[in-house]
Amino acid sequence: MRRTMALVVTALLLLAGCGGSGSDESPAASGGSAAPGGDALSGQLTVFAAASLTESFDRIGQELQARNPQLFITFNYGGSSGLATQINEGAPADVFAAASPATMKSVTDSGSNAGEPVVFVRNQLVIAVAKGNPKGIAGLANLSEPGLKVALCAEEVPCGAAAKKAGVTVTPVTLEQDVKAALAKVKLGEVDAALVYRTDVKAAASDVDGVEFPESAGAINDYPIVVLKDAPNTAAAEGFIKYVRSEGLAALTEAGFQAP
Amino acid sequence: MTTRQRVPAALLVPALLGLAFLVLPLAGLLIRAPWGTLPARLAEPQVLAALRLSLLTATLATVLCLLLGVPLAWLLARVEFRGRRLVRALVTVPLVLPPVVGGVALLLVFGRRGIVGQWLDQAFGITLPFSTAGVVLAEAFVALPFLVIAVEGALRGADARYEEAAATLGAGRWTTFTHVTLPLVAPGIAAGGVLCWARALGEFGATITFAGNFPGRTQTMPLAVYLALERDVEAAIVLSLILLVVSVTILAALRDRWVGSAT
Repeated sequence: MRRTMALVVTALLLLAGCGGSGSDESPAASGGSAAPGGDALSGQLTVFAAASLTESFDRIGQELQARNPQLFITFNYGGSSGLATQINEGAPADVFAAASPATMKSVTDSGSNAGEPVVFVRNQLVIAVAKGNPKGIAGLANLSEPGLKVALCAEEVPCGAAAKKAGVTVTPVTLEQDVKAALAKVKLGEVDAALVYRTDVKAAASDVDGVEFPESAGAINDYPIVVLKDAPNTAAAEGFIKYVRSEGLAALTEAGFQAP
Repeated sequence: MTTRQRVPAALLVPALLGLAFLVLPLAGLLIRAPWGTLPARLAEPQVLAALRLSLLTATLATVLCLLLGVPLAWLLARVEFRGRRLVRALVTVPLVLPPVVGGVALLLVFGRRGIVGQWLDQAFGITLPFSTAGVVLAEAFVALPFLVIAVEGALRGADARYEEAAATLGAGRWTTFTHVTLPLVAPGIAAGGVLCWARALGEFGATITFAGNFPGRTQTMPLAVYLALERDVEAAIVLSLILLVVSVTILAALRDRWVGSAT
C-alpha cells in the first residue's frame, strides 16, 4: 500500500509540475568526483523547503545554477508539515529544509533521511502590522485590546507552535494554515496584526511593518536541513547544503534570518 | 434499460479504468485508516464541532443558493434578453476560478476594505470575514453555479406547453411559476440542490481564504482535515472518512426520496 500511495503522490507531484525525476537520473558525474572543493554540480536537484525560505532559496538557487551550468534545481515550497508528509509518502526529493525541528523529526523518525539534519539558520517572531502601524501596536500586550483583530498560525504549523512557546495568549479571529496566509490577512487589511517571522515582514516591507517584542526570544525557531535517503542526486544535494551553509548564508541573513 | 448485447471491449476497458481511478483512492483511505483508535478519535470535541459546523453551513449555503439560484435559472431559461449568453457564461465563472482566488475576490468585496464590506462595517458594524456567515457566503459562491446549471437544464427540458396552457387560462407569470413550473422541475431542483450541498460540504479554498480558520466558528471539516494532515496523517484520514460516510449517507437518502433513482 505504501508503494501505491507513493506512486499516487509522485504522480500528483509530477502533475503539479514539481518535476522531481523519480527515474534513474544519469548525472554526468563520470568525470568529476563529488568531492568538496568547488567541483561542478550537475543533473536535476529537487529541494523541498518551508514556505518562509521562498525568497532566499530562490536567490541561492539562481546563484548556484549560475556557477554550475549543468545543474537544474526545482524548488517545492509549502508548509513544513505538509512537505514532511509528502516525503514520508515517498515523494522524490533530494533535500528537505524545514521551518522547525519538530517537522524534521517526523522525517527522521520515519527513516527518510540520509544524514543527520543540521541547523542552518534561525528565525524569530515579530508582530506584522499595516504600513505605518495605524493602531500604534507596541508589543504583545496591545494585541489583547478589544476590537483588535489578530491572526495567528495554527498550532500544528511551526509559526503557531513558536507563538505558543513564546507565551502568546491572544484570542485570534483566525488560526491560519501557514505563515504566508497569516501575513496575507494583514496585507489585505482584514486583521490589524499577525504573528509571523521577521523574514516574512522583510519580504513584504512595502505593505507591512514589523514590531519586535522581547518575548519572541523565548521561541526562536531553528531551521534544519538534510539530504534525503532516496535522493536521486545525492552529490548535488550535498553540494546544495554545503553552499547554503557557506556563501549562501548571505542571501539568508539579508532576508532577515539569523546565522545559527 | 440495458440491452442484452455484448459490451464492446473498446468501451468496457476504459469504463473499468475510470471506475478504478475513482474508487482506488477511496479504497486507499479505507486501507490506511487506523481502525483501532477510531472510536477515541471520533469522540474528540473538535471533530464534532467541525462536523456540526460543516453540516450547518453547507445546508444554509444550499438554502441561499436555492433562494437566489432558482430564479436566476428561470431568468436564463425563460426570458429573452440582450446579453443572456454573457450572463450565462458569467454564472459559470466560479466553476473554473480556483477557489482560493474566489476567496480573495470575496475579501476584496466583502472584506474590511472591500466595496461592500466597508459599508457594512460602517453602517451596521457587520464584518463577514472570520465569521460563520462568511463560511456560508464562501460555500454559496462556489456551489451556486452547480444549482443554476442543473435547474436551467431541467427548465429547458420541461415542456413549455403546460406553462402556455396555464397562461391562456388566465394565470399570471408568478402563479404559473409557483403552480406549474416549480412542480414540473422539482426533481431537477432537488438534484441541483443535492449537488450544490455536496460541493458546499467539500469547500476548502474559498473558505480558508475568506473566513479563516477558527474552531467552532469557521473551521469546517475540510479545514480540520487539512490541519490534521500537519499533525498526523491518520487523524486526517479519520476525519475524511467521517465526512465521506456522513455525506454519502445523506446523499443516498435524498436521492431515494426526491430524486427518482434511475437504476
